[in-house]
Amino acid sequence: MISQIVSAVGVVIAGVFVCALYYWLSDKILQAVFPVPVDNVRAASVNLNRRAAVRPWLFLGPALILLIVYLVYPVVATFILSFYDRSGGNFVGLANYRWAIQDAQFRQSIFNNILWLAVVPAACTFFGLVIAVLTDRIWWGNLAKSLIFMPMAISFVGASVIWKFIYEYRGGSETQIGLLNAIVQAIGGSPQVWISLPFWNNFFLMAILIWIQTGFAMVILSAALRGIPEETIEAAVIDGASGWQIFWKIMVPQIWGTIAVVWTTITILVLKVFDIVLTMTNGQWNTMVLANLMFDWMFRGGGDSGRSAVIALVIMAAVTPIMIWNIRQANKEMGGH
Amino acid sequence: MSAAASLRRIGLPRLVVHFSVLVICIVWLIPTLGILVTSFREAGQITASGWWTAFTGAAETSAARLGDPATAKQNGATYVISGSVFEGGKGGTVRAFGTRVAAPTEFAVGKAADLGDGETLTINEDGSYTYSKNAPFEGRGKRVYLSVATPPSFTTDNYRTVLTSQGIGQSFVNSLTVAVPATIIPILIAAFAAYALSWMEFPGRALIIALVVGLIVVPLQMSLIPLLKMYNEIGNFFGVPSRSYAGIWLAHSAFGMPLAIYLLRNYISGLPREIIESARVDGASDFEIFVKIILPLSFPALASFSIFQFLWTWNDLLVAMVFLGTGKDQLVLTGALNALLGSMGGKWEILTASAFITIVVPIIVFFALQRYLVRGLLAGSVKGG
Repeated sequence: MISQIVSAVGVVIAGVFVCALYYWLSDKILQAVFPVPVDNVRAASVNLNRRAAVRPWLFLGPALILLIVYLVYPVVATFILSFYDRSGGNFVGLANYRWAIQDAQFRQSIFNNILWLAVVPAACTFFGLVIAVLTDRIWWGNLAKSLIFMPMAISFVGASVIWKFIYEYRGGSETQIGLLNAIVQAIGGSPQVWISLPFWNNFFLMAILIWIQTGFAMVILSAALRGIPEETIEAAVIDGASGWQIFWKIMVPQIWGTIAVVWTTITILVLKVFDIVLTMTNGQWNTMVLANLMFDWMFRGGGDSGRSAVIALVIMAAVTPIMIWNIRQANKEMGGH
Repeated sequence: MSAAASLRRIGLPRLVVHFSVLVICIVWLIPTLGILVTSFREAGQITASGWWTAFTGAAETSAARLGDPATAKQNGATYVISGSVFEGGKGGTVRAFGTRVAAPTEFAVGKAADLGDGETLTINEDGSYTYSKNAPFEGRGKRVYLSVATPPSFTTDNYRTVLTSQGIGQSFVNSLTVAVPATIIPILIAAFAAYALSWMEFPGRALIIALVVGLIVVPLQMSLIPLLKMYNEIGNFFGVPSRSYAGIWLAHSAFGMPLAIYLLRNYISGLPREIIESARVDGASDFEIFVKIILPLSFPALASFSIFQFLWTWNDLLVAMVFLGTGKDQLVLTGALNALLGSMGGKWEILTASAFITIVVPIIVFFALQRYLVRGLLAGSVKGG
């Protein structure tokens, strides 16, 4: 164990050293290859231009290589693999896509993903907005925000254990030690096995993600609310608008952009939700989602890269509109500089 | 007066606001509190009563056998057996007792209970009892059922167990081994790239920025299959294990790279132009400008990103399941916890203690560096997590 720690520390130091050495050495080599002679102004300016042309690529090099090997190439390769059989060796045309359309589990996943997409971003944004408005008005608001924001630091697996304990069911006459069943019992209901309750169990899994992500929505929306020009609100107050009207007709319209960002960010996260479903139910009792199904097929029976790739592509297709929108926003911002 | 201050004068009464926020905070905190409290309780208590009773003490039903008839003392016409129901066991406070398992609270403590057949039994709070009969006792010692109030008791045994025998200690080290290099390595690479994209002119710059922004939201799922194949081929070709720490460091570095470049570029391109240009006039090379000016000035952005990346790599399960083995020397905390959920389902003393060890490091990081985390979130809310 000690040797592992030592080697990890060694790697950190060596890694940083190698990185620094690369940038330093490549800069030195560049200067040696394109010297700037003091007695020849013409040659000096030519070489200075050459240095300026090459240097950005030296700085960008390692990052670009990582991006291409780990992200760009795999996206293309996954697309191609979706037309091949389980081992990736034989071309099968659209067979994997046909399989997906007819597969009951795949359809279940699509249905559940749509359910997640309909509930989780809306719930997080709504709760986030309400809590942001409320906490901005009290002196201990920052402490409250910290507490609500905290689940963001907890892993999905950790959160799953936390919530599985809340949903815990014990049969027969045993004491219910799960909080939810204890409450249900206290108000006269009968305890349930919540996570195997068809259809509704999806919502019990969603609660976990909502618990984690509401803090994120709250932090972003709270910052946006503080950025609203006070004149607009004062004018509304003078005109005799009620608090409710001010909130919906003055404040919310001014932060639509931020709400959209929060909504899309959580949407992307929901599309990729994997850990929660894996640890809570592993897709049993009709809770399967795409990311989990994809992982399942990656290893099921030795792995089926074709089917797995098709499922990944469905997730990718769902993300693509958001990706295009982001790129256009970024381009617009750069044009403004 | 800020927008919030203007709003303060209107709308809901203050007391209602305080109360609602308090309720929300409690709801948000209770799940975590539940496993924290449970992780310090004894296994027997966890299943006997809900964790919310941990501080008030729980009423447990236990059985005890009264003394053997042979130990009875004759006192005139009555025979008496006396002793303590806690003999040879742990102590406690008796709240009530009974002679049938279905009714452990049939009789109150401290008063003589008439058991019929001329038998009376008195059990006191401290467990001492007097059992008397107007005739000699027969058979074996009588069985009684007690409702015992066990005082709130907490233990660190669960932590000792999971850290040693359940391999959580080793996994903790493995998680650190993954997370620390996977946080530090990408920062430097991304910072150089961000500088080039901010302050250097070259053809294709806009295209690369667009690529980076686009890659931020590409789902990891798109990368996993080809990379798994690639790692296996490299492993076979060079005769090295395909699942290694070096492999996951590179994978995490690459997956965090788009957000890192995006965040750092936003920050670095916002630095004052004069500083960089005056340094150039003074004859500093881009390398020197980067190391001596950009890096120190970018500290807040670097801190923001490293917190993100650390939380992400520490909490990740998917990448670890694909790129690391499941052996003891490579199983990270999230993976170990996932495995325990399968093998130890229902053993909450193990699960809660393990879960708490898993989440304690990110929570410390979170509370210590929350400022930078919020700043990073506000700058990089394009990222999908």
